[in-house]
Amino acid sequence: MNATLHDNKLTPPLLEMRQVTQTYMLSRKTLLGARPSLTVLDNVSFDVRPGEAVGLVGESGSGKTTLTRILTGMEKPREGHVFYNGADVWAGDAERWRNFRRSVQVVMQSPRSSLDPRMRIGLSLLEPLRALKIEGDHVARVHEVLDQVGMTRQALERYPHEFSGGQLQRIAIARALMPAPKVLIADEPVSALDVSIQAQVLNLLKDLVNELGLSLVFIAHDLSVVAYTTSRVSVMSAGKIVEVGKPMDLFTRPQAEATRNLVGAILTVEAGLAGNALG
Amino acid sequence: MTQTNPGRANALEVRNLVVHNSALTAVRGLDFTLPAGGRMGLVGESGSGKTLTALSLMGLLPMGWQANGSVLHDGVDLVTQSDKALSSRRGRTISMVFQDPLSSLDPVRRIGFQVSSVIRRHTQASQQEADRQTLELFRQMSLPRPEQLMRAYPHEISGGQRQRIMIAMALACYPQLIIADEPTTALDVTVQKQVLRLLNNAVQERGCALMMITHDLPIIAAMCDMVAVMYAGRIVEIGPVAEVFRTPRHHYTKGLLDSQPTMDNIALDGSSRLASIPGMVPPLQSLPKGCAFHPRCAAATEKCRTTIPTLEGDQRRAACWHPLGAEAAADAEVKAQ
Repeated sequence: MNATLHDNKLTPPLLEMRQVTQTYMLSRKTLLGARPSLTVLDNVSFDVRPGEAVGLVGESGSGKTTLTRILTGMEKPREGHVFYNGADVWAGDAERWRNFRRSVQVVMQSPRSSLDPRMRIGLSLLEPLRALKIEGDHVARVHEVLDQVGMTRQALERYPHEFSGGQLQRIAIARALMPAPKVLIADEPVSALDVSIQAQVLNLLKDLVNELGLSLVFIAHDLSVVAYTTSRVSVMSAGKIVEVGKPMDLFTRPQAEATRNLVGAILTVEAGLAGNALG
Repeated sequence: MTQTNPGRANALEVRNLVVHNSALTAVRGLDFTLPAGGRMGLVGESGSGKTLTALSLMGLLPMGWQANGSVLHDGVDLVTQSDKALSSRRGRTISMVFQDPLSSLDPVRRIGFQVSSVIRRHTQASQQEADRQTLELFRQMSLPRPEQLMRAYPHEISGGQRQRIMIAMALACYPQLIIADEPTTALDVTVQKQVLRLLNNAVQERGCALMMITHDLPIIAAMCDMVAVMYAGRIVEIGPVAEVFRTPRHHYTKGLLDSQPTMDNIALDGSSRLASIPGMVPPLQSLPKGCAFHPRCAAATEKCRTTIPTLEGDQRRAACWHPLGAEAAADAEVKAQ
C-alpha cells in the first residue's frame, strides 16, 4: 500500500481509520467445516484533514461502502481503529461517541429512499437534532441550512414526492448539515441524478467545503466526478487502497491496474466523435 | 433464418407521435426518421418522454397511456396495430434492451431456456436447433463457458453478463431495429465499455438499426450517427452527432454538453466550477408556455415565453428562436457574397 499523500503534514487528520481489516462470516458450506469468512477491507488506512475534500473511487465490490460504514460508525471494525479528532471512537465514553456521531454526517445515493415519504421535509430536517438531543433554536437552524443549500422555506411544509431528484438531494444534504457536522461523507451523491442537475449538486458540495470549511469524503465510481470535487483521491480494489494521489496524477500517470481500468473506462464526447471511444 | 429485409429504406418513420394519458401529455409531437441500419441516439433527462417514446414503439405503454400519430416500421403503422400483432413483432422485427437486466430476466428459468424460447416463438426451429443458435449467440457475446451458462440461473451471473444475455436475446431473431434504453446505466463503469462494444459490433454485423436512449452524451457520441435531444416531450435539436455535439444550436444541448465533467474543463486544481443549467426539468402538469426551456435559458426573450418554436431546417434542425451560432453563420454568408 502506498503511503498516504499529505498536502500539509502539519495538520493532523480530523477523521482517520488506521489499519482497518473487516471480515464478514459467511454461512457454512459443509456440515462440520469451519464457517468461511470474507475479507472486505484488508489493512486499510484512510484519513481526511479539516477543510479537505478527499475522494474514494473503485468498482462495485471493492469495499467502498464498507469503508463508509466504518468511517461513520455504522459498523465496528474487527481489527484496527477509527479516530475522530485524535481519539479512538470505539474506546471512549458516551460523550465522545455522541460528539463523533454528531460531527460526521452522511449523504446517500438515493435521496428518495433516504427520506421518509410520510414525513414533511421540515420534520425530516429536525430528526437529526432530536435523535442527537441537540439543544438550541431549531427553527432558526432549519432556515439557515435551507439557505445554504439554496432551497426556499416553502419546502418545509411539503412531502418528498413533491420534489424532483435534484431538489431531494439538496434536502438530504441539508439534513446532513443540520447538526453542524465537521465531516460530510457523500456516497455516490449524484449518480442517481439527471445530468443537468449533477453539476448543480457537485457545485453545491464544493461551495460547502469552501464556505463552511467542511471536510468532505466523496465516494463514487466515476473518476471524473470525483476529480472535480476533491483534491486527493484514493483508489480501492478488492478491499485494499491501491493508489493515492492528486486527481491529475491519477488521470495522466495511473500506476495501479485498478486505476488504469477506471481511467480507461471514462467515456468522453470527444473520443466518441473521433470514433475511438470503444477501442 | 434470413437477414434483415433490405428492401425497406427506413427502419422507423415517426410522424407527429403523441403519448398521453387521461391527464398528461408526455410526448408532444415527435417527427424523425431512422434509416435502415442507422443509429439514432435519443438524449433527455428524466421526464423528457424518451422512455415513453420507446415503449410506445414497442406497444408496451403502461396502463392508461395511449399513443397517437403514426410510426411506420416494416410497412405497417405500429400505432394502429393490435396487441396481438405487436406481440408477434416484439423480439422478431423490433427488440428492446432494458436498463435493468435482473428485472427483465425470469429468476426461476434457466438462461439458455429463456433465450431459446425467443427463437422458438418466432421461428420454426426445434429445441435443439434453438439451443444451438443460443450457444452461438453466447459465443458472439464473448460470454465465458457458454455451455455452462445455458443451465445457469440469472442470479448466478454478474450484471455485465446478464446484460450481454439480454443483448443476445434481443439479437436472436435478426431484428430490423433494436431499442436500447439506458443499457449500461445499471452496470459497473469498467464493464460499460465492453458491453457497448459488443452491442456496437453485433448491430454492425447484422446491419440492424439502433435506437439508443440515454442521458449519457459520451455514449451517444460513441455509438450513434444521429442524435435527437428531447426536452419536455419534444425534440429540441436533431442532426448528425458530430455536428450537434461540436456546434450545438439549442441552448439546452449546449448546457448539457457544458455540464459534463471532463478532463478539459475540471482544471483539476479544485478552482474550477462546472457550468450548470439553472432550475430543473418542469413537471408535466405545469409546463411553461412557449418554449418549455425558456425559464432556464439565458437567451430567452418575450417571443420564447409566448410562442413554441418549431424544428426548422432539413438535416440539422433546432427548435429555438435564438439558435446558437446563428450570427456567425449569417456573417459567413455575408462574407461569402
